[in-house]
Amino acid sequence: MLKINNLNAKIQEKIILSGFNLEIKPGEVHAIMGPNGSGKSTLSNILSGKKGYEVSGEVLYENKNLFDLETEERAHKGIFLAFQYPLEIPGVNTNIFLKTSLNSIRKAKGEKELDALEFLKLVKEKAKELKFDEEKLNRQLNVGFSGGEKKKNEILQMSILDPKLSILDETDSGLDIDALKIVADGVNALRKKNNSFLIITHYQRLLDYIKPDFVHVLMGGKIIKSGGAELAIELEKKRI
Amino acid sequence: MRDKQIEDLKDYKYGFSTDIESFKAPKGLNEEVIRFISNIKKEPDWLLQWRLKAFERLKVLKEPDWQKPKYPKIDYQDLYYYSAPKSFKEKPKNLEDLDPKLLETYKKLGIPLQEQKRLNGIAVDAVFDSVSVATTFKDTLTEKGIIFCSISEAIQKHPDLVKKYLGSVIPITDHFFATLNSAVFTDGSFVYIPPNVKCPMELSTYFRINASDTGQFERTLIIADKGSYVSYLEGCTAPMRDENQLHAANVELVALDDAEIKYSTVQNWYPGDKDGKGGIYNFVTKRGLCKGKNSKISWTQVETGSAITWKYPSCILKGDNSIGEFYSIAITNNYQKADTGTKMIHLGKNTKSKIISKGISAGKSDMTYRGLVDISKNASNSTNYTQCDSLLMGNKCGAHTVPYIKNKNSNSNIAHEATTSKISEDQLHYCQQRGLNQEEAVGLIVNGFCKEVLQQLPMEFAVEAQKLVGISLEGSVG
Repeated sequence: MLKINNLNAKIQEKIILSGFNLEIKPGEVHAIMGPNGSGKSTLSNILSGKKGYEVSGEVLYENKNLFDLETEERAHKGIFLAFQYPLEIPGVNTNIFLKTSLNSIRKAKGEKELDALEFLKLVKEKAKELKFDEEKLNRQLNVGFSGGEKKKNEILQMSILDPKLSILDETDSGLDIDALKIVADGVNALRKKNNSFLIITHYQRLLDYIKPDFVHVLMGGKIIKSGGAELAIELEKKRI
Repeated sequence: MRDKQIEDLKDYKYGFSTDIESFKAPKGLNEEVIRFISNIKKEPDWLLQWRLKAFERLKVLKEPDWQKPKYPKIDYQDLYYYSAPKSFKEKPKNLEDLDPKLLETYKKLGIPLQEQKRLNGIAVDAVFDSVSVATTFKDTLTEKGIIFCSISEAIQKHPDLVKKYLGSVIPITDHFFATLNSAVFTDGSFVYIPPNVKCPMELSTYFRINASDTGQFERTLIIADKGSYVSYLEGCTAPMRDENQLHAANVELVALDDAEIKYSTVQNWYPGDKDGKGGIYNFVTKRGLCKGKNSKISWTQVETGSAITWKYPSCILKGDNSIGEFYSIAITNNYQKADTGTKMIHLGKNTKSKIISKGISAGKSDMTYRGLVDISKNASNSTNYTQCDSLLMGNKCGAHTVPYIKNKNSNSNIAHEATTSKISEDQLHYCQQRGLNQEEAVGLIVNGFCKEVLQQLPMEFAVEAQKLVGISLEGSVG
């Protein structure tokens, strides 16, 4: 599904990623751990199409050059990024944002756009599953949401958009244990044969609830160690 | 039945245009020309004298120059002040003759083909379709005693009303452009709502027969009698073709006891090309008088067109407990300039005003909000709330806020809030990551920014205005 070969990234002459390699197959869950400044967020930014980086190397998504695709085209083709810091958009109703987003993706895929009633039915169902306060869906997008609510809103969007490759950028940071479980439930509900996940995190605790197939350690812009789920536990112990 | 109506109108239309075509005023501004206009419109003598008085006044008035957007000097002797509506022969025959960019915009706004033709004055039968709609519309209004016609017609048929109220809000001794309009206005709308009547539909220039060709000096007068209500729509979201560069319209509103007038404008005249060539100068004077107690006047404007927009729709809150509101979205892109805002003059007791202004500047454009809140000595227990937000796109545009606040009454209260923000790259990236393209993302964010104002527009209009907001900012990012 995703194949990264020798990815290098610079921002304002500063090297962030160098010689980064990773392959994610359909249905796999990969976790990337690493200290601050190791390049974790840069990786998610580049995969999602954020501008401002000088990039070389090769990234193939479903065997096609990812860099040929605009940000929104990547979203249309099933890449989703749960932002570390979800953005506030004043005056834009959360429901309307979600509906616009879902329909632009459905349209790009040649599927029928949902009308207001169909959409509301879907969003209600998903909000219930994720214990997301429905009343918040009628508020301005992320405005006045707590940190935890913003993160849960990202997971709600993920479950509605049903992406093929979901990238979670430190979604667990700042969450209490209940919210953490909800995030994990959201991910686990989407875990299917063909859906893949890239989970970027500081801590092992999210991985107690989402069992990864692979764990990688990122340091100095490249993966220095890879292993199974046990690697995360090992790392956590070392830190203590 | 309808066919017959159409036939009748056709005859009328052609007949009308042949009649008028034989008249044309010579170039220049002088007493002769004013007499010519008044004569051709078969106006009563009092109106001719009124025009001439305005002209005398004009001779001593100076064109103002305190505004931020400057423009090349206008030679007022080099303009035509009266020319007949163009005949079908002179009008463009096909949409293909028009600017392709314009057609593209129509497509995005979802304007039907026939409507596109109407907007550009292309001679088609469809024109008569909209006219027959207008006829049924008129019948409903007549039943309620509502008068909605051109001001020329009102001068003939309802001279007492016109005489009583014309110039009662914008006197002929007002500023240069308003006085110029008083001297030479050609046509416009007239509305009268009788006491205790709620106008059952939105009145729109669109449905007024002969609404086109009102010319560059339009004059509108709306009177809401005691206890009545009216909502009036001016303009259209589709870009309008117009050959006159200077537009100096006057709009007067009068609300008597317990009456309410809601006046909404969508202005999308030609803004000039992307290099700043051409475009309309929109120098309009709009003023409402809350004459009676408990009356209310509410202005809502979406200003996206014109090379220069220079206007301050205002409210004079004379009646006790009267309310004035101003909701504005002004968008400038490329080389457009706008200096707009409002004046709220509190004279009566317990008067309230509210100003919500959203300015968006992109490209190399420049935007000024200028507003006056004046609470007089006798206006005790009055309040004003002002909120002015500016949104900048890119780093070559400008936004300025110039509030003038005068409070001469210690029991009254004025609150002013202002913000300036930018659309962030991160917000755009967030929206695009969710599948929206850049244009859609900008449209969404800007519409969110303008929401409080868009909500004030009548429903059908609001949807179109939302699209327009997005389209006006095309190409302003990236």
